[in-house]
Amino acid sequence: MEYNYAFLILLLPFLSFLVLGLVGMKMKRPVAALIGTVLMGCVFAMSVYTAYEYFFAVGRDASTGMYPTVTVFNFTWLKFTELLTFNIGFRLSPISVLMLIVITTVSFMVHIYSFGYMAERDENYKVEEYEKGMQRFYAYLSLFTMSMLGLVVATNIFQMYLFWELVGVCSYLLIGFYYPKHAAVHASKKAFIVTRFADLFFLIGILFYSFYVGTFNYDLNAQPELNSALAGAAWVMPTALFLMFIGGAGKSAMFPLHIWLPDAMEGPTPVSALIHAATMVVAGVYQVASLFPIWVQYAPETLHYVAYIAAFTAFYAAAVACCQRDIKRGLAFSTISQIAYMLVALGVCFAVDNHHGGLGYMAGIFHLFTHAMFKALLFLCSGAIIVIIGSNFKEYMGGLHKYMPITNICFLIGCLAIAGIPPFAGFWSKDEIISACFQFSPFMGWFMTVVAGMTAFYMFRLYYVIFWGQSYYELDPENRRKPQEVPFVMWGPLVFLAIISCLCGLIPFGHFVSATGQSYDIHIDMSVATTSVIVAIIGIGLATYMYAPKKTPLADALAKKMPKLHKAALNRFYIDDAWQFFTHKIVFGLFSKPIAWFDRRVIDGTFNFMAWGAQEAGETIRPWQSGDVRSYAIWFLTGTVALTLCLLALL
Amino acid sequence: MNYSQFLNMFPEASLMVVLLITFIADFCSSKNSDRQWFNPLVCLLMLAHICFNIYPTEAAEAFGGMYTTGPAAGVLKTILALGTLIVLVQAKEWLSRKDTAFKEGEFYMLIISTLLGMNMMVSANHFLLFFLGLEMASVPMACLVAFDKYRHHSAEAGAKFVLTATFSSGVMIYGISLLYAACGTLYFEDMANVITASPLTIAGMVFFFSGLGFKISLVPFHFWTADSYQGAPTTVTGYLSVVSKGAAAFTLCAILMKVFQPMVEYWTVLLYIVIVLSITIANLFAIRQSDLKRFMAFSSISQAGYIMLAVVGNSAMSVTALTYYVLIYVVANLSVFAIISSIEEHNNGTVQMDSYNGLYKTNPRLAFLMTLALFSLGGIPPFAGMFSKFFVFMAAVQGADIHTTLGGWAYGVVFIALVNTVLSLYYYLLIVKAMFIKHSDNPLPTFQSAFSTKLALAICTVGIVAFGVCSFVFDWISVAANA
Repeated sequence: MEYNYAFLILLLPFLSFLVLGLVGMKMKRPVAALIGTVLMGCVFAMSVYTAYEYFFAVGRDASTGMYPTVTVFNFTWLKFTELLTFNIGFRLSPISVLMLIVITTVSFMVHIYSFGYMAERDENYKVEEYEKGMQRFYAYLSLFTMSMLGLVVATNIFQMYLFWELVGVCSYLLIGFYYPKHAAVHASKKAFIVTRFADLFFLIGILFYSFYVGTFNYDLNAQPELNSALAGAAWVMPTALFLMFIGGAGKSAMFPLHIWLPDAMEGPTPVSALIHAATMVVAGVYQVASLFPIWVQYAPETLHYVAYIAAFTAFYAAAVACCQRDIKRGLAFSTISQIAYMLVALGVCFAVDNHHGGLGYMAGIFHLFTHAMFKALLFLCSGAIIVIIGSNFKEYMGGLHKYMPITNICFLIGCLAIAGIPPFAGFWSKDEIISACFQFSPFMGWFMTVVAGMTAFYMFRLYYVIFWGQSYYELDPENRRKPQEVPFVMWGPLVFLAIISCLCGLIPFGHFVSATGQSYDIHIDMSVATTSVIVAIIGIGLATYMYAPKKTPLADALAKKMPKLHKAALNRFYIDDAWQFFTHKIVFGLFSKPIAWFDRRVIDGTFNFMAWGAQEAGETIRPWQSGDVRSYAIWFLTGTVALTLCLLALL
Repeated sequence: MNYSQFLNMFPEASLMVVLLITFIADFCSSKNSDRQWFNPLVCLLMLAHICFNIYPTEAAEAFGGMYTTGPAAGVLKTILALGTLIVLVQAKEWLSRKDTAFKEGEFYMLIISTLLGMNMMVSANHFLLFFLGLEMASVPMACLVAFDKYRHHSAEAGAKFVLTATFSSGVMIYGISLLYAACGTLYFEDMANVITASPLTIAGMVFFFSGLGFKISLVPFHFWTADSYQGAPTTVTGYLSVVSKGAAAFTLCAILMKVFQPMVEYWTVLLYIVIVLSITIANLFAIRQSDLKRFMAFSSISQAGYIMLAVVGNSAMSVTALTYYVLIYVVANLSVFAIISSIEEHNNGTVQMDSYNGLYKTNPRLAFLMTLALFSLGGIPPFAGMFSKFFVFMAAVQGADIHTTLGGWAYGVVFIALVNTVLSLYYYLLIVKAMFIKHSDNPLPTFQSAFSTKLALAICTVGIVAFGVCSFVFDWISVAANA
């Protein structure tokens, strides 16, 4: 079997985690970082090789015209019944191979970039805010990469869930990386609790699914016999799938479960780029895409609800992103909005057909791919800026284009890509998504076009307030640190990702991934493309007019004129406060308090009683064990005879 | 006579070879010289024995059907040999003491003889051969218990062991004679064909049961346990608590399911009573102990109850769960005993729980390994002990679903066992609390254990961590038990 090296793709990051986690603190910082990076480089190389083998060397199955689904290994870990077994395996399908590329590319770049970023932090930060620990950082990164890779190559839904929880743990660990900082601790707890809460529904969905279908497998291409089992459980599929989607919505930060992602920006910026922009947060998209054939066949109506939720999220997050002061939070809302795009694309599908009804599948995955690249680029750029400036807030920036030329260009490329300007990556994928939306309904099409315009606006607003406008440094050059370009280890990955962001839109993506699996040529729908480009240019123009000059009278005036709206947007429309009210007042008051009472009085009481009883009984029976052999023999015989009599009574 | 049938007894034959080489080596070397090579030699021989027997044997028989073997028995023998190997490795530190070094060879020969006896017992298909095996394991065991014969405790423990063992053998052989009277045969299969429930067979079965119950130390046949465990050298206590117990439990399971299958309703009730008594009473005693070896004695009685719980299921799953439980119990319990022994060796023989106070400060690694082992014994995930308990409960509950008449009882027993796990957790955590939380003005000084002890601990810890998570261990046993 080819691909028999594939287990190394999971094993190497895990080994790296073990080594760095167990003995990392005994190594020098660069050594630890180098071990992590080199192993990650190997995984990256293997993934690229796997993709080459899969798509080109082996290629399509001649009879079906599809890329074959290859199960490299799949061993049984726990057996519940003959059919219902919990397997751990490694499966290659077009989307999982694609995800391998996305994860390892971004992860590798982040590993390299973190050399510069974390070393900077280790040197310049106050101890009360920051615990030194580059080794710890690299150990967590390795564990995360392993978990995420395990998630995408899962052969069954339970394996996906297992790794799903693992990436959640890694996200928790990395958000709380600066644990002496209160904000980081709160953010990590918030992220963990919110996503865990959503994962509860995922688990219930899995239980529904496995109970009625009788297996954890979901891949119709690998197991065609699954169709009959699914048909028998068709009535429960919409519920099961929607419950699973709630888990996905938690990870992918869909409204109203998005509240954790902006706060997750407390983590180190490379982590935000890897986990909270490119890989983990698209797990929900990946989940829906993996189950896509089942969704379309058994729950098409419910799939459209996914689209509505996602469309609203896209709009909401774009609106909030327009007002953020913290550049990373601005990018975080942009991420939420873009993930929502992907889910809209999947949600508007109504048939498994490349041309009509199933276009969104290809478009969603395509956008996942391009977005991972340019959003990682944007985050890494913002990390470079934050390292230089020492703050996340836009007030301390401005006019940086003179001091950080490379970062400036890279960030601009990222902005053009996300705004959807041809020929940058985002244009191609977003155009396909909007085409798919128009196929579904004109309203959805126009709605997403408007959101695309907002995207262009808020991204360029961010770009201008960082790189143009009034420079904070120049206001008082004597007393302020002069911004400068970041070192090569940091701008190298930026340039690499920038080049990918320029070019990856030109990949004939439909040849690799499509709803039916057969090859599909992307054609640009001229009317859609023209409209969206015009809308994007309007957004950019507006941003240029409002934010590019040193003084921004219009923006200030708008904020003054509509103080309530501005404040509401700044506070994310009070969704966090709504959750706060819901959890503290309703959940704690109505449920937690009575349960706590019950726990303290009844449960603890029972156990205390048992403990007391055990102590007393132990004291009472102590004389039995006298040390006298004769009495032992008597007890022995008495016991035997008593047991015999007991059994004779049964006769 | 067809001598090729000896080939069917491969595990016993290779064990014989180990015994003979050990004997020759001991005989030919001067007992006064410093024999550093001796322990590694025996350990390597034992390792070779395990390697030769690691593949489960095919079902076969010898001596007119008196001796049978099969994959399940083969796997169990390998596990017992593994337990013995760990004991041998950890015995090196103790055996290189001045007062024991000259009788090092005796220890190895005695321990290998008991293992040989246990192998015979496991493979017996006839009550006489079974009884021979049992005694062959029992007599050298008494010597082992009294190995430190000049120490008062050890001699007393040996005497108690011999007296109670003789008594239980008497009761047991009486039971076997009753069975013979009722059935007219001592072959397992023949007896299974003719046996029916009558006062005579029931009495025979219970009397027979008490003999093995003594070996497994089930309540009410357990009284010797605490005294012998406390008095015997710690290494021997470890051996007694896992290997000897495991062999007896497996044999009892096999005989109950094979010979007494027609009387299944009776022995299930017998097991219900004995299990509930063992687990509960042992736990109640364990809470009150201050001597760690005595404490481990009661812990082992309670664990024996869990082992027997698997038998209630009366299916192939029972054999799997029991064997798996024994394997996990071997590594976890031997890990605890290795630590107790090591601390005893370096601190003038202290085994009091109070002296463990603050151990974490001075010997953090030992305290950590001890905690892992105790967590596994208590059944805390993700350590192997949790999985073994899970499978035992699963086997018992599956049995409850099959027996319609007594099914409800099985749930009751499982429930009581579950409640008792909480209790057992309490006393296992007492030690953890002593090591990590309790303050001591003069904790045990920091010391380095010998390499052999570290090696034994490493093997055990790998087992504790990996045997649960790596499913192939369970599969290996499961395949053998279902074959």
